[in-house]
Amino acid sequence: MSLLISRRDLDFQLYEWLDVESLTSRDRFGAHSRETFDGLLDLSEQLATEYFAPHNRAGDVSEPTFDGERVTLIPEVGEAIQAFAAADLLAAPLPEDQGGFGLPGTVYSACMMLFGAANAATAGYQMLTLGNARLLLAHASPEQVERFVPPMLAGRFTGTMALSEPHAGSNLADITTRAEPQPDGTYRIFGQKMWISGGDHEMTENIVHLVLAKIPGGPPGTKGISLFIVPKYLVSDDGSLGERNDVVLAGINHKMGFRGTVNTAPSFGSGAFSPGGEKGAVGYLVGEPHRGLAYMFHMMNEARISVGMGATALGYTGYLKSLEYAKDRLQGRGIGEPPESPQVPIISHADVRRMLLAQKAYVEGALALGLYAGRLVDELDSADGEDPDDLQLLLDVLTPIAKSWPSQWCLVANDLAIQVLGGAGYTRDFDLEQHYRDNRLNPIHEGSHGIQALDLLGRKILGTQGRGLMRLLAEMNTTAERAEAAGGEAAELGAQLRASATRLAEVTAAVGTLPDVTPMLANASAYLDAAGHLVIAWLWLEQYLAAVGKEGAFYDGKRQATRYFFRWELPKIQPALDVLASGDDTTLAMQEDWF
Amino acid sequence: MKIAVCVKQVPDTWAEKKLTDADRTLDRESADGVMNELDEYAVEEALLLTEASGGEVVAVSMGPDKAEETVRKALQMGADSGIHIVDDSLHGSDAIATSLVLSKVLADKGFDLIIFGSESTDARMSVVPAMVAERLGVPQMTFANKVEVAGETLKIQRQTEYGYDEVESSTPAVVSVVEKINEPRYPSFKGIMAAKKKPIETVTVADAGVDAGQVGLAAAWSQVDQFSERPPKAAGVKIEDDGSGGVKIAEYLSEQKFI
Ligand SMILES: Cc1cc2nc3c(=O)[nH]c(=O)nc-3n(C[C@H](O)[C@H](O)[C@H](O)COP(=O)(O)OP(=O)(O)OC[C@H]3O[C@@H](n4cnc5c(N)ncnc54)[C@H](O)[C@@H]3O)c2cc1C
Ligand SMILES: Cc1cc2nc3c(=O)[nH]c(=O)nc-3n(C[C@H](O)[C@H](O)[C@H](O)COP(=O)(O)OP(=O)(O)OC[C@H]3O[C@@H](n4cnc5c(N)ncnc54)[C@H](O)[C@@H]3O)c2cc1C
Repeated sequence: MSLLISRRDLDFQLYEWLDVESLTSRDRFGAHSRETFDGLLDLSEQLATEYFAPHNRAGDVSEPTFDGERVTLIPEVGEAIQAFAAADLLAAPLPEDQGGFGLPGTVYSACMMLFGAANAATAGYQMLTLGNARLLLAHASPEQVERFVPPMLAGRFTGTMALSEPHAGSNLADITTRAEPQPDGTYRIFGQKMWISGGDHEMTENIVHLVLAKIPGGPPGTKGISLFIVPKYLVSDDGSLGERNDVVLAGINHKMGFRGTVNTAPSFGSGAFSPGGEKGAVGYLVGEPHRGLAYMFHMMNEARISVGMGATALGYTGYLKSLEYAKDRLQGRGIGEPPESPQVPIISHADVRRMLLAQKAYVEGALALGLYAGRLVDELDSADGEDPDDLQLLLDVLTPIAKSWPSQWCLVANDLAIQVLGGAGYTRDFDLEQHYRDNRLNPIHEGSHGIQALDLLGRKILGTQGRGLMRLLAEMNTTAERAEAAGGEAAELGAQLRASATRLAEVTAAVGTLPDVTPMLANASAYLDAAGHLVIAWLWLEQYLAAVGKEGAFYDGKRQATRYFFRWELPKIQPALDVLASGDDTTLAMQEDWF
Repeated sequence: MKIAVCVKQVPDTWAEKKLTDADRTLDRESADGVMNELDEYAVEEALLLTEASGGEVVAVSMGPDKAEETVRKALQMGADSGIHIVDDSLHGSDAIATSLVLSKVLADKGFDLIIFGSESTDARMSVVPAMVAERLGVPQMTFANKVEVAGETLKIQRQTEYGYDEVESSTPAVVSVVEKINEPRYPSFKGIMAAKKKPIETVTVADAGVDAGQVGLAAAWSQVDQFSERPPKAAGVKIEDDGSGGVKIAEYLSEQKFI
């Protein structure tokens, strides 16, 4: 059995619960069937197993090096990039009229999780390249698309997203990289970026940077940020590579995890090269001036959901590995057993089962959230009678949760997986410590946990006068009704969900009446925690309902994990909600000099 | 060039194989079915040959309903069409019956080459290619680690224990390949989607012009009367190294007739 992601669970969630086959009745996905979905899942599992997993450790131990001029990576990364592109895996989710294969994003993200579980760092290059290509397809001119997208899909170029700067991470309004307009309509870019993943390497012919910069004289803040294509090598009209552009590295960052994805500090227009005999890095404006951040945000929902899925993938594979270990490791005896009796596998100890069950509840719950959000994106992309504004409202409110909840709790799952292995888990002989280090990135990038909390409570809930929350609660209500109709244990779970959802609604109303916005948002992360756990409880109930009337160990496991979540986890939201309801100001009132 | 590739569905190479209690044949339900690994090399060779000089590749499989997956896999890799020979009467067929049915289906279809993997991981007999060649009355060019076709001349390097023989024949011919010959491709997503539209013809024993009495378990020349489970692995022997560990290991290996 593969220790990446359980294929049985993927099949259950995709087909038995979310019924992704029904998407094939929509025009956009009409070329597909269960056969193509399964074909791509099989292919992904094979490629992930053969081209990605084997160098996961090597990429971590032999992290990228920079000699002042060139970045060197282990060669397996390049081979993996080529195998991935050759299998059409970059083009798979794009619509057919954009050179793709029209695969539903839900199925695609399930496939990508297999790569993320096998080797998160190497998969990072593909994810960035695809994000870059998608942004160009949505907003660049046909000529720009023609020049840069096909080589990316073919594995000849990779892409980056160059937003952050040393002094502007969470707050992009303060970036200082500038773009000087040229008489020929191009721009020259000058500035220093920071944290840019995949910012230099020699595994592909070229690198396409998507750079946020300000055109002098534009409006201040986020409304004055534009988006530019800045290739490492200029590309001629016939597609051949020309002069080296003035993009060089000031250095690379040495990270805790995700080490195989080289992380760089690129300088634009530092004078290392003079393309066309002029100063500055040549850049091409994407779309209209000053709309750069809006274009980026357009991609943000999907990017954030995919960070959550990446976190889930690492949590999931850690769970399966600790489960396998627990079945084999003999240690101790049942309480009260005589010392001469044989030792038992640790999985028979209740506390080890607790750690495994918690992991199962977190990772399978997080998977459900990612796939559910993916399905909403698919429905939006293929609108078939639904009201797109309504779907968007639901997707918007779920997105910060889909990014943050898995990033937080699948990291806890990795922590528990280490614990299950005992001393062995703390060594580098097992993958778990690396999964933990790799996964630790996810609450930081693509908007940190704190920023997601502000987004959820500030923009998505209070900013919509509660409409976003009402939309989400309506969905939970429908599930609770189905559960109540099913009767028995399902009905009890449904009632518990309904009670918790009602409490969240009441508390939200109370927060909304606080005198001004600072105290309203002060406890946003407690809000994110509570809303996140409630959403996962809801999705466990959904899985429970999809298993009603079905027998066997797999379904029994789903039922038991639902019980675990409702008995052990869901009640944890109450203290967080109490803090919110009371308008508690403990953190706000804390003074700097009291620390 | 028109090439047939024979592909067989076998239980997953790494899965534990079981016999059924009912009739002591292989339990094909107990493990996932996959394309026999050496047959992937056969498909790859057929694709390489037709990519170089044009032509078509037909994937042929005899097996239960599920074996259609294996024909489909060959189509995903790039074969143009498939033939699936499926019939309840085939259950339990031996190599003699299998070669009879395959040769009937393959005869008179104008194939220049019929390519096989040199053995299957479940039966491991390595005889079906030779039997099919014999029945069709064409040269058998087995254990090839290199294949070249020029006009109507076929040249192979036939792998031997210490190197290879160069062997030449006319076409049509039957070829079986060993794993040194190439590196089988993965299907691409484009291939997976294209395969949906490629035709698979279903053929019964009657369609093949074979009498059902000549095939299946009852007609098999050898049958399993009885079987027992492999005994569980005995505990290994531990040798403490008190300075004479090397000698003790050598003695043990010699006792077991390894050295
Ligand atoms: C491995 C890695 C890869 C990355 N890849 C890329 C990439 O490819 N492209 C790219 O552009 N960027 C990339 N980043 C940058 C990443 O997006 C930033 O690290 C992130 O946005 C946080 O910014 P920062 O590091 O400057 O932290 P800061 O913004 O300094 O934040 C520090 C802390 O303060 C909190 N905080 C900040 N502002 C507020 C606020 N207003 N309210 C409440 N809390 C606040 C944050 O939550 C955080 O906990 C990467 C980062 C890492 C570590
Ligand atoms: C860095 C490091 C330094 C160390 N230094 C020393 C040292 O100097 N001297 C020394 O003697 N040892 C040392 N140790 C060993 C350490 O004490 C053991 O790792 C620890 O006791 C756990 O044992 P284990 O690793 O064999 O895990 P196991 O005993 O196999 O435990 C694995 C998991 O099963 C659980 N489990 C096991 N039995 C039961 C039970 N009966 N009921 C419920 N759950 C159970 C555990 O809680 C754990 O989660 C060190 C370990 C490390 C990692």
